[in-house]
Amino acid sequence: MSIRDRLSGNEAVANAMRQINPDVVAAFPITPSTEVPQYFSTFVNNGAVDTEFVPVESEHSAMSACIGASSAGGRVMTATSANGLSLMWEMLYIASSLRLPIVMACVNRAVSGPLNIHNDHSDSMGARDSGWIQLYSETNQEAYDNFIMATRIAEHKDVQLPVMVCYDGFITSHSIENIELLEDDKVKEFVGAHRPEHYLLNREEPIAVGPLDVQPYLFEHKYQQASGMRNARKVIQEVSEEFEKLTGRKYEFIEKYQMDDAEVAIVVLNSTAGTAKYVVDTLRKQGVKAGVVKPRTFRPFPGEEIAEALKNVKAVAVLDKADGLNGVGGPLFTDVTSAMMVNGVLDTKVVNYIYGIGGRDVKADDIEKVYRDLQEIVSSGKVGNAYRYLGLKGGRD
Amino acid sequence: MAYNLKEAIQKPNRMTAGHRMCAGCGAPVVVNAVLRGLKEEDHAVIGAATGCLEVSTFTYPYTAWRDSFIHTAFECAGATVAGAEAAYKAMKRKGTLPEDEHTKFIAFGGDGGTYDIGLQSLSGAMERGHDMVYVCYDNGAYMNTGIQRSSATPRFADTTTSPAGKVIPGKQQKRKDLTEVIANHHIPYVAQTAAIGNFSDITTKAEKAIYTEGPAFMNILAPCPRGWGYETEDLMLINKLAVETCYWPLYEVIDGRYVVNYKPKNKLPVSEFLKPQRRFKHLFAPGNEWMLEELQKEVDERWQRLLDLEAMTNQ
Repeated sequence: MSIRDRLSGNEAVANAMRQINPDVVAAFPITPSTEVPQYFSTFVNNGAVDTEFVPVESEHSAMSACIGASSAGGRVMTATSANGLSLMWEMLYIASSLRLPIVMACVNRAVSGPLNIHNDHSDSMGARDSGWIQLYSETNQEAYDNFIMATRIAEHKDVQLPVMVCYDGFITSHSIENIELLEDDKVKEFVGAHRPEHYLLNREEPIAVGPLDVQPYLFEHKYQQASGMRNARKVIQEVSEEFEKLTGRKYEFIEKYQMDDAEVAIVVLNSTAGTAKYVVDTLRKQGVKAGVVKPRTFRPFPGEEIAEALKNVKAVAVLDKADGLNGVGGPLFTDVTSAMMVNGVLDTKVVNYIYGIGGRDVKADDIEKVYRDLQEIVSSGKVGNAYRYLGLKGGRD
Repeated sequence: MAYNLKEAIQKPNRMTAGHRMCAGCGAPVVVNAVLRGLKEEDHAVIGAATGCLEVSTFTYPYTAWRDSFIHTAFECAGATVAGAEAAYKAMKRKGTLPEDEHTKFIAFGGDGGTYDIGLQSLSGAMERGHDMVYVCYDNGAYMNTGIQRSSATPRFADTTTSPAGKVIPGKQQKRKDLTEVIANHHIPYVAQTAAIGNFSDITTKAEKAIYTEGPAFMNILAPCPRGWGYETEDLMLINKLAVETCYWPLYEVIDGRYVVNYKPKNKLPVSEFLKPQRRFKHLFAPGNEWMLEELQKEVDERWQRLLDLEAMTNQ
């Protein structure tokens, strides 16, 4: 029997870490992820786990220590947010290129500057091409479940890549929700033992990690790394199916909400998907055929699934909680539109909204406005400006 | 165990020949002298900061390292090796590794990766008490990128970012005393050494550092023929002059107690150390005697301070 509890997102993830009982957790505090290492160090000091907790002096060292520990053969985890993730930058790429299955809780927060501690996705979106698998989580339950599945996905021999489990700072990290935890032994059994093929601490087979890798080799090594990300699709599916058998909770690449006959739809990540589903319920009662597409994986990008979900939609709004700062739109928007184009979905009108930057509240009314705008696009047949802002004070739409 | 050169050199080099370090470079001499401090039966996880040593000893698909080796980036050899040590502790505790397993953890970094960009990572690793040794091979500039000044570069030295110009004659700032910085972390063992004579000083200290429980730090002079401008065959002479002039004193700090290992009976003027090096050539031009005087004063003051610390901590 699973355990019903009420936990914040951070507490849930720290509990997942406790149940997994990794070899090393190296972390540096940063709001709003700080609670994860806090809770975890309590588990360590109370003997609930036998993990080595490394309270490093910076996030750069957190990721460096994770890389050292993972290369050594340990199962390794960390947590961070915003500028902490930025400081890890260099090491994120090194972790993925060394094919290390490190699992990170990325508690989404706006990256400076100016300084802001609240939620948006500029941190993980900035790291989207660092070679890490990214799983996004709407609720505390999803953050917990994704974290447990992440361990299996990361360590799979066909993948061997680090995984970032993203969830919204404060909104998810600090809000207490009902949650179903698995029993400790079930988590232990599900994740299994970590058995790396090659590792520094195997004295029978000393290895060298992190060479100077010049023109004749680097290209092929990056290709192999990209193959790991491509292989991750199959592995994510298998692990999610196994998890469903264990828990009854189904996870796919994308979640489709009321999409079967949807004419207008929103594509959105993380907690705002909850608000969008609520608005869809309201609109459906009024006869509006509205739906939501919530990508769970952003890396690997579920392009085919998103294109398939949107092919019969008349107009879609892609909501980005990070501005692209590129003159054309946010990162989710550019990837979604590319996927539509590549997969031949050319008749669906598409518009982008930048929203919720720096923790700006996004209310049901805001989401409803987006659906109304989509209805207007459908009736007029014109998109107009596709790069829009939602809830911006004194700005244009 | 008393040091014996004949026995020490019987041990196979743990960093093999065939690497690409320059002839006359101090770093590979330092590395092998340090690794001779390991018991032959013990496995080691060796880390290196990005730098000459790393790029010359581990160019894919070749490695010169017989032990397990890891390089990640420039500024984080301390944290990287600390992470491996943390995994070792946990894996032994959990029984993933046998209880009688003996693996030692050693990080190498040049002065760029240690005094400067990697100082924070080193400081953190030492303060947290990881059972590891961090070895700085100090060649007094960023040699891998082409001889740019570092905080380890001596005053007045000519480097490519502190050139001896017509107006500004080389580096204007004094050299950071990293050995002292780390000694003030109050860790069990800190040593400053150089590869001189029969290598007794360097290898004995390495053995102490490796087999002292907890963090240890070694700062080792590693002359660079290209950056310093000496003849490659003069490597050992340069090391000797650095010690005989007290430019680079040999000493240890054992649980806070200073031990000066060598006090020259006839302390040579620092100019003897500077003269064979191209980077100090301008100091010997007429009218520049004041630079030699100032450097001598700096060396004398530091040497006296070290003797004072020894006296004070052995009362």
